[in-house]
Parts: sequence; structure tokens; C-alpha cells
Amino acid sequence: MDNTKIKVDNLNLYIGKQHILKDINIEIPENKLTVILGPSGCGKTTLLKCMNRLTDLYPDVKINGSIFIDNEDVLHTNTDVTEIRKKMGLLSQRPFPLPMNIYNNVAYGLKISGRRNKKALNSRVENYLKIVSLWDEVKDRLHEPASKLSIGQQQRLCLARGLAVDPEIILADEPTSALDPISSEAIEKKFVELKQQYTIVMVTHILRQARRIADHVIFMYMGEVIEQGPAKEIFENPKMERTKKYLQGAFN
Amino acid sequence: MIVLFYNRKTKNRLSTAWMYVAITLVILLPFMLGIGLYFKSSLLFVDNSLGDLLFSKVWKPSQGKFGFFPFIMGSLWVTVIAMLISAPICIFAALSITQYSKKFYLRIIHPVIDILAGIPSVVYGVWGILVVVPFISNVIAPVFGAKTMGYSILAGAIVLSVMIIPFILNILIEIFNTIPIELTEASLSVGATKWQTIKFVLVKKAVPGIMAAIGFGFARAFGETMAVLMVVGNMVQIPKNVFEAGYPLPALIANNYGEMLSIPHYDAALMFAAFILFVVVMFFNALMRMLIVRYDKY
Repeated sequence: MDNTKIKVDNLNLYIGKQHILKDINIEIPENKLTVILGPSGCGKTTLLKCMNRLTDLYPDVKINGSIFIDNEDVLHTNTDVTEIRKKMGLLSQRPFPLPMNIYNNVAYGLKISGRRNKKALNSRVENYLKIVSLWDEVKDRLHEPASKLSIGQQQRLCLARGLAVDPEIILADEPTSALDPISSEAIEKKFVELKQQYTIVMVTHILRQARRIADHVIFMYMGEVIEQGPAKEIFENPKMERTKKYLQGAFN
Repeated sequence: MIVLFYNRKTKNRLSTAWMYVAITLVILLPFMLGIGLYFKSSLLFVDNSLGDLLFSKVWKPSQGKFGFFPFIMGSLWVTVIAMLISAPICIFAALSITQYSKKFYLRIIHPVIDILAGIPSVVYGVWGILVVVPFISNVIAPVFGAKTMGYSILAGAIVLSVMIIPFILNILIEIFNTIPIELTEASLSVGATKWQTIKFVLVKKAVPGIMAAIGFGFARAFGETMAVLMVVGNMVQIPKNVFEAGYPLPALIANNYGEMLSIPHYDAALMFAAFILFVVVMFFNALMRMLIVRYDKY
């Protein structure tokens, strides 16, 4: 059995009186690509945002339960949120480059945590831009605003920004939904490469994408986890009626 | 004939033509105002050079000496200090309301701002006389070792800053609310604290909007008349510090128009004051627009 990197224990989440996530219990294996699959509005994104406590931004949200990352409870009030968040790179549905130039977008996370050595910064920025295959496209215009890049390039830049702070986990929320097929493929390929070093959790509603790259699948429906397990088992031999229906529906 | 008049095409042409007339009027209005003010004040240029008018300190209308420098300085002092007071307050208030407060406060702050914005200028003036002026003369000035009746640049600036806060704050709240929350999430998720996120990301993203809001506030403050003239002292002098009385341009016009017109060229002088106001506000607007374009690259 693989090592468990993230363990969610009896997680319930309410927004106002609405019960959004119901009794979530999942385990996410280390150095694997885990896909959270399910129709729109089933709570996938919310679950992802719980993991690095971006839910703190929404004052109406109430959470109970725990999320353990390496046996540390993320949701515990004594947990250092910024440290926890540094462990996780986030990639959102659309790229949101920070309002600064390309170089500083990657260096931002390092600079705010106090690393100012110019040489070290330069080499790290170059390194991570190379990892996301963006270096050759931007090396001559590192000091241009990041907003001038194409959407696909921006998304790779956002990935580099997340990787630059040395996370252990990558949280990706439908990272290809705003991208053209070629850019999407580039991101997917990157993910398959990166899972050697990172634990990747990706939310998607695209079944084919899940089939292409998932090692482990968590299927959600209406705020509940219906089924979870290795991708092969879920796709070839779903145990639950809901999962079967969803998989078939997408085939038609 | 009636049938012809109700023809669809005729109607279409008429409505299009009317829209052109409307937009032309709107565009021409400021130009006509500027040209009108210029011609009305042109009599002054017969005896005085532009440099004298703008930079001479001597204001003796009965001798035909019109130096506007004290008034220009009065206007600048009051406006700049009002902006220095209100801009930081507005920025921090807008950040607090949009980033830290519960939604409930956002709901109550809007009616409060609207009430503040709707209070007539003269009421702010009365508040200035009853509260701000004595407070300056009894409390603030002694701290700095100054003696003043309270009718001063500082009183004008404080009243003015309170008056323009609702306008600037309203724009700033709007601006910070339109910044997508995903940008905050992106910054937090690489380990930034909330304050770092605000400082390095949100404020930076909002810079063009903040400048627009401040420019708008400046233009309003520079032309505000009633409340300022009630508390600013109205003495023709170049203020040496904020506790001295000043005499801003709008107050000059409001206090004297229709009263001193028997003095030769006095009406032209007042029109020139209006012209200066007009030009400064236009210039400032243009400058802000340029800066906004320059900084709006992210």
C-alpha cells in the first residue's frame, strides 16, 4: 500500500445553513496523481480549498472534522496557516498572474519569505520556468508584465509560481478548463512528470482527462464521497450505482 | 404627411441625429466654458502680465493690482492637506471593509456613505465652525505652540477631507471589490500573509483605480466652496503654516461676486480666478488619466 499523504477525517462543511460537504473521509496517496471527479457543484473545489484553508477567506463557512497532512491537522487553530499553505502549490481554474512581471511572479513566494539573494533567486526562477517548459518562451522578456502572456503560458507560469516555494503537494482546480487543447496537454504531461516528486490532487469534471492521467480516483456527488480507490478499479469496476451511471453517462 | 413622419426610417434618423446633438453638446460644454471664462477675464491682461497675475503677492484691486498668488496658495494648501488626511483614511477604510469585515458591514457602510455624501456643504461648514474651529484653537494649536482663532487652513482642510471621504471611499470600495478573490488565493497559497497579500498584490493591482479616486477627490476638493470659506478665515495672505488663515480661489469668487463690481476690472479678476480653477482641474484630470494609462499594465 502507498503512503498516505493527506487524510481527511469526518469533514463537514456548511455555508450558512447549507450543508456543502457531508462526512468526507478520504485518503490521498503520496507521489500519485489523485483526481477528484464529479459533476459541477458537487463540492470538489470546496474540498480542495479546505486543504490549504483558503476557506478562511469566506466568513460564512463553518467547518468541522480534520485534515491531516503528514499527521498535522491543517484545520487545527494552532496550525501555522502560512507554513501549511507553502506545502501546497495551488493552480486555479483560470490563471491569475500576480500584478507584477514574469520574473517576480515566480520569485514572489521566495521574496515574501525573506529570500533576497539575487543569484539564488535568479537560478531558482530559471529552474522552475524550465520545469514548466516556459523558460525558452520568456527568457528574453522576464521583466514584462505577466498579463502579456497567453492564457496557456500564464497557467504554466502560475504552476511555476506554486512550485517555486518547494511544496510537497500540488492542488489543481480544473487547471485546464480555460485552456486550448494544446496547452491542456502540456499541463497534463507536466503533471504526469511531476508526480514523481509531488503529491498531486486534481479536481476535474472531464472524465477523459481523469482516465488519461489519474492513479487514484475520488468520485463525489452532491457533497458526498461516493467511491474512492485506484483509478483502474474505479473505471473498470465501479461498485456504486452512482459511479457507474456517471461513467456511462459520459460515454454516451 | 403624418404617415411620412411616423415612418420607421425617419424616426431612426431623428433619434440618431438627436444623439449626435446630445454628445456634441456634452463635449462642447467644457470648451465653451473655458473659452467664455478666458474672454471674460481677458480685460485683466491689458494691464497685467500672466506672470504677474499668477505669482504677484499684491492684491489691491482699488489700485488695479491683482496678484492671485495668495489665493492659489490658499487653494493648494487646503486641497493638498485635505487629500493627505483623506486619502490614507479612505484606503485603509476600503481595505478594512472589503478584506477584513463581515458582509454585514459592507451592507451598512453603503447607506452611511450615501448619507455622508448627501449632507449639504453648508451643514459641513456649520459643523466646522461649531466643532473643528474651536478644537483647533483650544486643543491642536496649543500642542504645536501656535496661537490661532481656529479659522485656518487646517480647519478648511479637515472639513474638506470629511466631505470628500465618502466620494473617494465609494470608488475605492468598488475597486477593491472588483479584484478577483483568486488573486488573493494565489498569493496566500505561496505562503504570503494577509498583510503581504494586501501590500504587494491587492494594492498594486488597484494602483490605477486608487489614482483615479484620488484625482476625482482632488478635483472635487479644489472647487469646493461653501464649507471651506466658512472656516478658512478668508485673509489675503500666503499661509506660512496650517494654523494661519487662507483665502482659496472659490471663496474669493463666492465672497465678492456681485458686491465689489464697481471697482474696475474686478469682475474680470473674479472670472480669472474661475479660469484658474477650471484650468487646474482640467490639467489635473489629464495628468491622472496619463498616470492611470501608464500604471495600468497588469
